[in-house]
Amino acid sequence: MAAANPEFEAECIRRILSGEKQLFHDLIRPCERGVYLLLFSLLKNEAEAEDAAQETVMKVYLNLRHFRGESQFRTWVLSIARNEGLGRLRKMSTRREEPLDPGSDDQPGDYTPAILTSWREIPVDALEQKELGAILRNAIEGLPEIYRNIVLLRDIEEMDIRETAASLGISEGAVKVRLHRARAMLQRELAPQLKAFAPKRKGLFWGRS
Amino acid sequence: MRLDCKHVWQYISAYIEGDVDSALRAEIDKHLETCEICSAVLDSTRNVVILIADNRVFELPAGYSQRLHERIKRELAES
Repeated sequence: MAAANPEFEAECIRRILSGEKQLFHDLIRPCERGVYLLLFSLLKNEAEAEDAAQETVMKVYLNLRHFRGESQFRTWVLSIARNEGLGRLRKMSTRREEPLDPGSDDQPGDYTPAILTSWREIPVDALEQKELGAILRNAIEGLPEIYRNIVLLRDIEEMDIRETAASLGISEGAVKVRLHRARAMLQRELAPQLKAFAPKRKGLFWGRS
Repeated sequence: MRLDCKHVWQYISAYIEGDVDSALRAEIDKHLETCEICSAVLDSTRNVVILIADNRVFELPAGYSQRLHERIKRELAES
């Protein structure tokens, strides 16, 4: 993730609006990964997400004069991406298989994690193996949309809680609760599978074995 | 207050975020010292978070950025 730089963005926008249009390439670059991930989270289809990402970026360009700097630029861009994605979902509503009702966000709720006693190490080396990447992607793609988009923005795009909340138009409290539930679901789904990828050596990272 | 395991699991995500107050953190740490199961749940959850953050897990489609900027170039030329 590129760090947000409000001064660079404000200066860039001012210059683009006064005619230095080429600067739009630089302005949008730090946002383009987040835009894609959010749209992929909504649409669950690479080609559709890419098409929607291009449309989003065009809308950002055409509406640039309306950006008031009250939020971070990327937050504003992501909210446009989200509207684009939701609009497309509505158009293909017959294909929707998930309810939009997020349920209650007041309580983290009970969950029973996958109980393990020894999986402690991060098998980062194992990421070279395509199989592990596929297991991780499947688990994330298998989450209900309201959890999937939180994981994509917060844990993958590494946005903070506030920006995640603003981009999705929900409260920070709701982000935290959904993040908790999403991580719990992922732990339950993934921990038993990932155990097989952990190196045999013990205590490499956490030193508590 | 003595925390039970279920109570600790409720705060796993907030604990990883550093979003628990110091009193609760101390209680959780105390519990983790003696509870193998909760330690493993915490570690595996943290590992899952670290793993999915790896850029190799969610790669953008090949050529995504290039196609996007070509589109921008076309639009800028027309606008």
